Order: sequence, then structure tokens, then C-alpha cells
Amino acid sequence: MSAVVPAVGQVLVLVAVLALAVPLLGRHLARTYTSADHLGIERVAYRALRLDPDADQHWRTYALSVLGFSLVGILALQALGRLQQHLPFSLGFGALPADGAWNTAVSFVTNTNWQWYSGEAALGHLAQASGLTVQNFVSAASGMAVAAAFARALARSEAGGRIGNFWTDLVRGVVRVLLPVALVSAVLLVLLGVVQNLHAPRVVSTLTGGEQSVTGGPVASQEAIKELGTNGGGFYNANSAHPFENPTPLSNLLEIGLMLLVPLAMAWAFGLIVGDRRQGAAVLGAMGGLFLVGVTLLTWAEMAGPGTVPEAAGGALEGKELRFGTAGSALFAAATTGTSTGAVNAMHDSLTAPGGGVAMFGMLLGEVSPGGVGSGLYGMLVLAVVTVFVAGLMVGRTPEYLGKKIGQREIVLVAGYVLTTPFLVLVGTAVALSVPAGLAGLQEDGPHGLSEALYAVASASNNNGSAFGGLTSGTPFWNTLLGVCMLLGRFLPMVLVLALAGRFATAKRLPAGAGTLPTHRPLFVVLLVGVALVVVGLTFVPVLVLGPIVESLS
Amino acid sequence: MRDLLTLLRQSLAGLRVLLAATLLVGVAYPLAVTGIAQAVSPWRANGSLVTADGDRTTDPGEAVGSALLGQGVDDAGLFQPRPSAAGDGWDPLATAGSNLGPESPELLALVEERRTEVAAREGVDPADVPPDALTASASGLDPHVSQEYAALQVPRVAAAQGLAEDEVRALVAEHTSGRTLGVLGEPHVDVLGLNIAVLGAAGEGD
Repeated sequence: MSAVVPAVGQVLVLVAVLALAVPLLGRHLARTYTSADHLGIERVAYRALRLDPDADQHWRTYALSVLGFSLVGILALQALGRLQQHLPFSLGFGALPADGAWNTAVSFVTNTNWQWYSGEAALGHLAQASGLTVQNFVSAASGMAVAAAFARALARSEAGGRIGNFWTDLVRGVVRVLLPVALVSAVLLVLLGVVQNLHAPRVVSTLTGGEQSVTGGPVASQEAIKELGTNGGGFYNANSAHPFENPTPLSNLLEIGLMLLVPLAMAWAFGLIVGDRRQGAAVLGAMGGLFLVGVTLLTWAEMAGPGTVPEAAGGALEGKELRFGTAGSALFAAATTGTSTGAVNAMHDSLTAPGGGVAMFGMLLGEVSPGGVGSGLYGMLVLAVVTVFVAGLMVGRTPEYLGKKIGQREIVLVAGYVLTTPFLVLVGTAVALSVPAGLAGLQEDGPHGLSEALYAVASASNNNGSAFGGLTSGTPFWNTLLGVCMLLGRFLPMVLVLALAGRFATAKRLPAGAGTLPTHRPLFVVLLVGVALVVVGLTFVPVLVLGPIVESLS
Repeated sequence: MRDLLTLLRQSLAGLRVLLAATLLVGVAYPLAVTGIAQAVSPWRANGSLVTADGDRTTDPGEAVGSALLGQGVDDAGLFQPRPSAAGDGWDPLATAGSNLGPESPELLALVEERRTEVAAREGVDPADVPPDALTASASGLDPHVSQEYAALQVPRVAAAQGLAEDEVRALVAEHTSGRTLGVLGEPHVDVLGLNIAVLGAAGEGD
């Protein structure tokens, strides 16, 4: 019993902190994405960049802005990787291989942060700070922009498909939200022990006369935005398990809180943007409910420690850090796979079979528990549309969501969204398991090997970025496959969401009538959670049975 | 066609925005954090280095390691850390866990091998070896061991250093941290700090 009390206690501390922070940030986010006023520094930037911040973009232009910006980001990051040897602070590292540079560029621009390389052995400080950190900010701000545009579209009536301005949303997301919070968090992390310097590794002579290279780098600045932007790419290979990235139990809680903060606050902001706080609370409730179920199952799995090796060792401590313990590792694992972060403070490949299965399920849910900074909200809103549609079919009412009629065109877009990632995950895994180049990457045989492949493709397609690290993914085959999955898994859903936003912004917002299904009541929240579970469950049960479930039973 | 032109125009705008963002969050932000960190807490910002006397330092030349990083202990008379899968062990240039799964035969063999080794080293029943002594950490740089593993090692270290077991036990307690706020993490013992203290106590006795 004694270990259960702190395991529950840490969740209560987390919930208490978020209960204070989420509404505050939510209000700030709603103002950020609806205010007509520009800050002084923003005006200067718009003038210098020759942008019209007040141009109300048609959804199609908005989508092309997102795509154009991401395209440029990928090309720039790829160039940085290929030319690293000519840059200052490269620490003597050479160019990344072509397939590796492609994978990394796509990975950071799509907010996935899948890492085939090991940070301390492949990338210099400049590539990390001026390449990867930049994308950590702007890829997160892009996702938030799309979610905000979707919320605004629902609030508008007969706006002719116009949903706002991407550049304004992007700049505001960085300047008003991400940068200030990241700056404060980075300083807090330094005070807890995270390093922040520009040193190359420095050799010290250890207590018993050995040698150890103490690594350096601008770690705290990257760590803060890596969690806040639900990015997840570690400065070092060990990611947030590394004592220089996550030195204490307190820094661990701070990092977990940062991952959950923006996705939850965006749900709160959504309620304010559509002018009905209860709608935001309902979405928040569904996200939070799913998250707490994930935390409970994962914590139970890791603390009970089923499986041959955990039982032989007397506890599931392989791949875990003692300062976090099993509960602190399980909470982090649930947060990182429930959001689309993908940072790890324990090695997921060594989680117990049910624990690893829950982590995988969190990603397969499509990252809505609570999901990425932006993708969490728009993912959940798409599921809300599915829910009113299903409910409408059951009772024979015309489905509508927030006064917008859900017709055939809307449902086609929603179906496209819901099918994209399962298609990528299942086809991608099947391809990987059918060719020798795919199989060559697996560390283990049998169900655990399947789990390694499935986890990797699910992680890439859902833009999570965590891994069953036993997989050797730094090969041309895996780099290319996962790069394609990340790219399509990010931008197809985004374009579909923006198209849906365009339809909603065009439609008239009808007043709620007697036949309207209320979408703010607990009943709707339960329905929404049920739809999320059923849609994903039906899609992935067969492959989950062959992987983590068989392994749990063996 | 019109879409293609729009994409091109938006990409050019994107390039301008990316350059501006790089200056702001790719250069100014990390440098600002570095400046603040070096001013506010230079010891932590530079890796929490400690000397052989246990004092804080920022000079790697006089340091014996980082208070945050586990290191290999090549002395049978000192406290031993957990197994490490980072490179050849404790290598910050190759941080990693084993990534072996819960049903891995290879990991099972490793666990049994470590159990035999530790039991022989400490002269205890193999069943008494705690799990953290049998499993590699996530980073390969875990600086801590459990209270159980530390307690197991007390008699050996005390004998090797010519110290009373109670004295060593007191040092272990001194270097043990409980759960933060009573709920965060698990109690853990700082191996490097403890070994420095043990060597200090043994030196005084001579």
C-alpha cells in the first residue's frame, strides 16, 4: 500500500497545478487568437516581413500558408543537417546522411521529433539550437494556429470560408504564448540542475581514476520548449531520462506539467472562442478522462511488474531511473504518449507488456488524450463531429455541432481524417514487416519484435516521436518510411481540418432548437470518449492482439 | 495553377518568417537563457561538477565528476552503482538504456548473471539482491541506488575502509533523499557523494 499513496499523490499534485494554470492560459490563448490588436514588436515584424496581419484568409490560402511554411522549414533543416560540418559549434560532427537529414527535417517540422540519431554523437550546438529548437517553436505554433482557426470557424457565421490569418496566428503563438512560458520554464529547469552552456564535452578524471566526458550544450532552453510544444526531441539520446535534461523528481513533474499545459488550455480557449465555456469544459473533460485512465493502467502495469524479467528481477526497473521510480516513470510515459510529445524518461522498449501496450494505445487514439498543442484540440473536435453524427443516426435527428449542420460533405472530410492515420499505421507496419530491410531493424523476435515495428510506425504517423528504442531505425529504409508516415500523418489531417473549417465558416450558425443534442453535458462527454475508443479499438485490435496482448499473456 | 502560385508566394513569406524566427528563438532565446543561467546558477548550468572533497566547482580540471551523473566505480572498497548500458558503461557520449523487452532471454540471462555477481561480492543470499542492482537504468547515467542496495553494500565498504558499519550507515542516511513533497519519485542514495564522504571519513581515521 505504501507505494500506492505517493503514486496517487503525484497525480493529485499534477491535477492541482493544472487546475490553476489551464484556465489562466486558456483565457490568454483565446485572447491571443481573437484579438484585433497587435503588439508593438509584432507590428515591427509584420512590416519587416511584408505581411498583412489583418488579411482574413480563405481556408485554402490558410492551408497553403501552412504547407508553404512547412516546406521551407523542411528544406532549411535538411540543408542545416547536410552542411553541419561547415557551421560553428559543430563539435567536429560531420554531415548527416541524406536519408537521415530528410528524416530529421520532416520529424521536427511535423512536431514529431522522432530521432534516429543520438544527439550527443551526431549534432552540434548550432544545429540543435538554431535548427531544431526553432522548429520546436514554430511547428507547435503551426498546430496551435490550425486548431485556433478551426475554433474561430465554428464561431463564425456565413463568413465565406474565411478563417483568419495563418501568419498572425503563428507569430502570436510564438511571441505571446510559447516564448514567454518557455523562457520562464527554462530558467526554472536550470535552477533544478539542467545544464545550459556552449561547451564541448569536457573530460574529468573520476573518483577512482577513470575518465568521463561531461557533456554540455544549450539544454535547458531546448528542454523547456520540447515539453511545452509537445515536441519531444531530446538534446541527448537518453532524452528526459538523462540527468542533465531531467535531474530531479521536481523537474520531472515540471516537464510532465509542461507537456499537458497547452493541449488542455487550448480546449479551455476553444470554449471561450465559441462563446460557451461549457463546450470547452466538455472537450477538456473527455481529454482529461482518457488521460487519467491511461495513467491508471500504465502505473498499475509498471508497479505490478508482470512479465518474465520484471518478476525475475523483483521489479520493473529495467530502463528506469531510480529518482523517478516506477510511478514517476509511468506518469511521464502516459503524458508523453497521451500528448503528442514523445519525450521519454524511461525506455519504453523495456516497459512491461501491458504498460507498453497502453503507451501504444495512447498514440493510436490519434493523440487526443489530450494530444498535441494544436492537434489534440482539432483531433477531439473531429471526434465530436463523429459523435453528434452517430448520435443523430441513433435518434433520427439532423446532426449539428455548435449550430453547424453536419452534412454529407462534412462527413466525407471527417471520415478522411479518421482514416488517415490508421491507414498509415497499418500499411506502414505491414510494409516494414514484409521486406528484409524492415525486419533487419528489429531487435527482438516474436510479438515484441512486432511491437517494436508497430510502435515506430504508430509513433511516426501520429507525430509522437517516442520509440521502442531497440529498433535500429537509422537505416535508409526506416528513415524513408517513417519520414513519409510523419509527413502524411501531419499534413493530410491538417488540410482536411482546414477544409472542414472552411465549410463551417461558410455555413450559417443556427440557434439551438428542441432537436439539438446538447454537446456540453456529461452524457456527451461519455459518448465522445466511447466513440474515440470504439473507432480506434476496432481499427487496431487485431494488430494489438498480435503484439502487446500476446506478449502479456505469454 | 492558381494554387501553385499561392503556394509559391506563401513559401516565400514562410522563408522570411523562418529567418526572423531563427533570429528570435534560434539565436536570441538560447543565448538569453544561457546568459541568465550563467549569471544565476553557473555551477548548475555548467554541469554540477564536484571536487574530491565534495566541494562545488566549475573547473573540470579539479572535478572528479558531476553530482548529477553516475560514474563507473573501479574500486571494490566503495559503493557500486547500478548496471549501465551507456556505451561501455557510464559514457555520456553514448547515453542509453538496454532497450531489452520484458520477455527478452538476453535480459533474463543478464539479470541472473548480475544477481550471482552481486551476491558473491556482498556475501549475501542471491534472493536478497534488490531489483535496481539487477537492472540497467534508462540513461545509463543513473547517479543513484536504492536504500536497499546501499544497505547491502555497507558491510563490505566498512570493512574495506576500516570504518565502523554504523558510521557508514550514517553516511548512507546523510546521502539519501526522500520523496520530494512526500509523493514525487522514490527514495534514492547519491553514490558519488556517498563515496566521497566514505573516502573522507576513511582518510580522517588514518
